[in-house]
Amino acid sequence: MIPTLRAFLARVTGQAISTFARFITAPRAIWQGVEPVPHQRVYFANHSSNGDFVLLWTALPAPLRRQTRPVAALDYWLKSPIRTFIGREVFNAVLIDRRPESRTEDPVTQMATALDQGSSLILFPEGQRNSTTDPVLPFKSGLYHLAKARPGVDLVPVWIANLNRVMPKGEVIPVPLICTLTFGAPLHLAEDEPKDAFLARATEALLALKPGAA
Amino acid sequence: MTSPHLVWLLAGVATILIVASIIGEVLRARLSPAGDNPVIENLNARINAWWVMVIFLALAFIAGKPGVVLLFALCSFAALREFLTLTTHNRADHWSLVACFFVILPLQYWFLAIDWYGMYSIFIPVYAFLLLPVLSSLRGSTKDFLIRVSETQWALMICVYCASFVPALLYLQIPGFEGRNVILIAYLIFVVQLSDVLQYVWGKLIGRTKVAPNLSPSKTWEGLVGGTLSATAIGTALYWMTPFSPLQAAGMCLLITLMGFFGGLVMSAIKRDRGIKDWGHLIAGHGGFLDRLDSVIFAAPIFFHVTRWLWSTT
Repeated sequence: MIPTLRAFLARVTGQAISTFARFITAPRAIWQGVEPVPHQRVYFANHSSNGDFVLLWTALPAPLRRQTRPVAALDYWLKSPIRTFIGREVFNAVLIDRRPESRTEDPVTQMATALDQGSSLILFPEGQRNSTTDPVLPFKSGLYHLAKARPGVDLVPVWIANLNRVMPKGEVIPVPLICTLTFGAPLHLAEDEPKDAFLARATEALLALKPGAA
Repeated sequence: MTSPHLVWLLAGVATILIVASIIGEVLRARLSPAGDNPVIENLNARINAWWVMVIFLALAFIAGKPGVVLLFALCSFAALREFLTLTTHNRADHWSLVACFFVILPLQYWFLAIDWYGMYSIFIPVYAFLLLPVLSSLRGSTKDFLIRVSETQWALMICVYCASFVPALLYLQIPGFEGRNVILIAYLIFVVQLSDVLQYVWGKLIGRTKVAPNLSPSKTWEGLVGGTLSATAIGTALYWMTPFSPLQAAGMCLLITLMGFFGGLVMSAIKRDRGIKDWGHLIAGHGGFLDRLDSVIFAAPIFFHVTRWLWSTT
């Protein structure tokens, strides 16, 4: 009974969060390089706001949304019972520990396990929110290691535009502005491709989706 | 709030839409059976969106004053969201933008709902105009300051202030027309939107000479003259449901169809400048709320004030 209730509460909360995100940002998904079909994918996106994964999750059609799990920082999402509930139960996040010295599980193994279970993932390869004036921060190596561990899976770049203006870092109330999410063509790790070359290619593929980049 | 005249007008619109839907489906069956002709698909998407818009409007009319005020408050919200997405602002404007959406917009429609004409007719041009830049200046960023505050004020004037004069028509007091003000709204929207559609149709049929080639390739003199005159003729034929005589109705129709055309022109100039084709994507086939409402937004305050000066006792 109690687990059913929690699951129900989690679904209602998820729906409420995504309705709110729609009300504020009227998100527009542009499927430029891929179709919105339930293929297994790793969506990797730029990260400029805490709302990024909620918006990406909201922009996915319902069948895709159900099988897609965000990869998020454990230190952030386990800070309070409410965050834990939202992170674990509502979004079913793959919670990884960003601190190498204290972690007990390897993040890449955790992500690979989630893929093996059939889930798609949402990943922010910059590893932290970007509040600089540069369009993206240098990518962490996680994306490369994941691509190497599961070479078959499609890595889909997604540019999230405008969300940093909706809710700049440090603000509490969001301003309603329209956000667009541009989904690019999938990437794969080429045979013997070195880490830096792959990460540079992935960064370029993401930046190419930025409105006005062409 | 329904009156027999409103039922007639809605039935007329429904008939037009049924005919349009049939034509759309026939064209699709003939020319685009696989759904691959973009013009036909867009036409059908537009017609379907018209159905949705007319149904929402009819529901609001049935719900009465609160329904109409709420519907236009929501339209203002969506329009403002589209407009401010394209304006210049930076982090220092965060609070003034929050105030636009969550303080000024609700207050404007609240003043309207309680029929405080002295307030809603000056609230945004005076109070918001003077106080909003203060919020932005307190945060200390002077970069592009005048551009930022002017564009924000412009967004409020267009999307909230001018748009709110559509529901404001409900509060005019016209002797002998009591209880039928909703007709004024239906009439304004019908004539202006019909003019938009007819300008498009005339333009497609015989349009040669562009009015403003830099602004909009689809606006032609032939479309403008044909569209406004034929919409004025139809609007004049409907004078019996308005407080106007046939001649007065013709003058009013000419006025609002021209204002509607100007609205489309000005809003096109803004879109051109910002390098976009449509304001948004929420109304399939049409674009955004502002793409559909630009003409009504420009016509509403003028229609309101002329009607108020010449016919209303308030």
